[in-house]
Amino acid sequence: MRTRVFLPILIAAAALVFLGARLISNDYVFFAGYTVLQFVVLATAWNILGGYTGYVNFGSAAFFALGAYSTVFLHKLYPMPIPILIVVGGVVSGIVGLGMGYLTLRLRGAFFAIATLALAVVLQTLVVNWDYVGGSRGAYIIRPNEVALIGPYIQYLFVLMLALAVIALTTARGIERSQLGYGFATIRDDELAAEACGVPTLRLKLVATTLSGALMGMAGAPFPYYIGYLQPSSAFGLEYAVNSIAMPMIGGTTSWVGPLIGAILLGSLQQYVTVTISSSVNVLVVGALLILFVIIAPNGIVGLVQARLHARRK
Amino acid sequence: MPLLEVSALSKRFGGFVALDGIDFAVAAGERVGLIGPNGSGKSTLVNCVCGTLANETGTVHFDGAAIDGLTTHERTRRGIARSFQLPRPFVTLTVADNLRVPLLYTVNARAGQTLTPAEVDARCAELLALVGLADKATRLPRDLTQVEMRKLELARAMAADPKLLMADESMAGLSHSEVDDIVGLLVRLNERGITIVLIEHIMRAVMQFSQRLVVLVSGKKIADGKPDAVIRDPEVERAYIGQ
Amino acid sequence: MTTAGEALPWGELLDLSFDLVINALIAGILLGGLYAAVTLGVSISFGILDIVNIAHPAFIILGSYIAYIVNSRFGLDPILISIVMLPAFYVLGAGVYQIYYESFERRGQEALRGLSFFFGLLFVTEVMLILVFGVDYRYVEAPYIGPSWHIGVMDFPLRMVVPCVAALVLFAALELFMSRTFLGRAISAVAQDQLALRLMAASPIRIKRIAFGISIATAAVAGALLIIIQPVEPSVGREYIGRVFAICVLGGLGSLPGTVIGAMLLGILESFTATFYGPSWAPAVAFGVLLLTLAVRPAGLLGR
Repeated sequence: MRTRVFLPILIAAAALVFLGARLISNDYVFFAGYTVLQFVVLATAWNILGGYTGYVNFGSAAFFALGAYSTVFLHKLYPMPIPILIVVGGVVSGIVGLGMGYLTLRLRGAFFAIATLALAVVLQTLVVNWDYVGGSRGAYIIRPNEVALIGPYIQYLFVLMLALAVIALTTARGIERSQLGYGFATIRDDELAAEACGVPTLRLKLVATTLSGALMGMAGAPFPYYIGYLQPSSAFGLEYAVNSIAMPMIGGTTSWVGPLIGAILLGSLQQYVTVTISSSVNVLVVGALLILFVIIAPNGIVGLVQARLHARRK
Repeated sequence: MPLLEVSALSKRFGGFVALDGIDFAVAAGERVGLIGPNGSGKSTLVNCVCGTLANETGTVHFDGAAIDGLTTHERTRRGIARSFQLPRPFVTLTVADNLRVPLLYTVNARAGQTLTPAEVDARCAELLALVGLADKATRLPRDLTQVEMRKLELARAMAADPKLLMADESMAGLSHSEVDDIVGLLVRLNERGITIVLIEHIMRAVMQFSQRLVVLVSGKKIADGKPDAVIRDPEVERAYIGQ
Repeated sequence: MTTAGEALPWGELLDLSFDLVINALIAGILLGGLYAAVTLGVSISFGILDIVNIAHPAFIILGSYIAYIVNSRFGLDPILISIVMLPAFYVLGAGVYQIYYESFERRGQEALRGLSFFFGLLFVTEVMLILVFGVDYRYVEAPYIGPSWHIGVMDFPLRMVVPCVAALVLFAALELFMSRTFLGRAISAVAQDQLALRLMAASPIRIKRIAFGISIATAAVAGALLIIIQPVEPSVGREYIGRVFAICVLGGLGSLPGTVIGAMLLGILESFTATFYGPSWAPAVAFGVLLLTLAVRPAGLLGR
């Protein structure tokens, strides 16, 4: 299916989701849905780097928070429409991703992974010490109540995140089927052999890192408006790091479908657990599932389905 | 002017000297055999020529230009291809897609040489037929036998349309007829105009194939000449009997 | 007024600075001792075995909490508790390695899945500790927590001196083990030449399992030392991930003495940063050090 055909279908599906949510006249659907869609974007973004090239990013929270705090920074300077903030968030996170990649990607994948982890800690330290964006006390963002054409503000945010999800999924799928996708796969399979075949591995890795970081930043940009009061501990929270890895790994890393499945399943599960038990148990469940899947079903749900189909074909 | 010229090349790993002032030249169209006991530096030399490792001293000239600072992929694009000692296929790609990678990233990356998707497919098919893997096009590398994997390895190196092919121990662990198979393939490739350096342990294959024989022992070149003469060289005998 | 202060011509202001500087230096060195203890395990698992165990801080915090429980219940000395716990942690480490080996190393999937495995372990451990103990800070009590030695203007808080000494003893013991015993040398060798090891009839996997077990055993001790120096709560482990790998890289992968030197350097850097710029900047120091080292000299100071 060419992207020409896929994109309108996806947009139509997204429109259906929105209309379906409107039918259930309960704001909670939009709040919960926003979170799940946010994870779709984060998981897909992570997978472009982690699943396609094999370079693990432990610091998704850093790129997400960069998007969120760019918004806070600009909001205090001069309030602008969220779509612009999304672009800015993407650019900022993309540049940071590029810079960090340039410093660490020429070394082993393990060093890159560790550097991303440390990046999250450092950025959090910087933000905590920066009073203009609220420091450790946090920042308030007052959002309007209604938006023309759509209605309640949360629905506007929901639509924005829906759009981001469509963009992320289309991008991931587009990469998979392109020459770039081949290049990424060779880096994942055998970087040395890839170089010997003429693949410019460093350049491609930088592309992946920048793209992945940018998408995460874009997901983070509307967050202050969603949450109203932004604290470093929520922007840099545990759940972003664990989820952006767990969702693609559990869903399946080799295809764009994996992060989508992982995000929807785990996202919904977590909403349920948070409401019925507590939010700490949330992370416990996700972490435990991650360990389980990584040991037992390394190719995720997509892999299990593919294996079942393969066996049936024989 | 030689196609490949290595001058005074040295490479150390910490205190260990892997290559010590190697001078090595290959003329265009030649078939050169490179032999030596284990640990003599053969693979290190290949790695230095291909850019996987950086040499400490000396220079590498290819096709008239110094290539010392270039990355591996840049050297591949200039025309140096290699196969690996232990086959390193792209395990999640099909056999045909394995060949597609160098076509897309090396051949298409060269100025004025863009192949259309149809041409890429055609070349894939042609190469698969050349090495006898046409019926395995849609399989994954893990479904291949040892000798098939080595053929894939060579085919992938060939897909990069090289001027020079460094074939690193392509025949270890193969049967008598399988070795002949591969030697025949390499000769056919050479007849198409590709310069080949064959690094091997299997003497029969090396003697059959080479027009010139180079011997490396403990990082130094101790012989370089016609195969029959080199084999009879007392120093070479000593190096091998001494093992 | 110290002799040093009187010797310098610039009076009170410099006096104060000198006091600060010398005490920051001392605190840094003593802190370095703790950092060394925390990192020694990773020096083995990452530096020698090439296993990126980012869950190491989780094991350390586990050690801290065990020390806390036994200390608050029975009043035993934390370091003593940790020594008693060594075998249990060793077994835990060996078990974790076995799972790691079967699931990832054998299949060649350490890069992505192995890392994710340890990442999952890190968070699961942290969250379980939160569920059991809550997020309150816990601390231990011992006779040397509180008093300090004073030598001139120099302060030596005993709660930092004792762990530093213990860390150096741990380092010495490990170094002796690695260089003098057959097992220790086999462990050093397993990183470099598995074939030679096999020829010597030693199973590389068994050697690696023992080494990883030792690596986690050190976490028991490091945990006790940590909670002596500072109060601990479950998320403290995360601050140490960056530090631990920064020290490993700075000191040179695979070199135990390098780890100690790297730890001291980082301790001093952090101490000075905290003293002159405020403690909230300290976490950024480790990352800066890591990036700088990776950019300038990835082999580290004493690396192989």
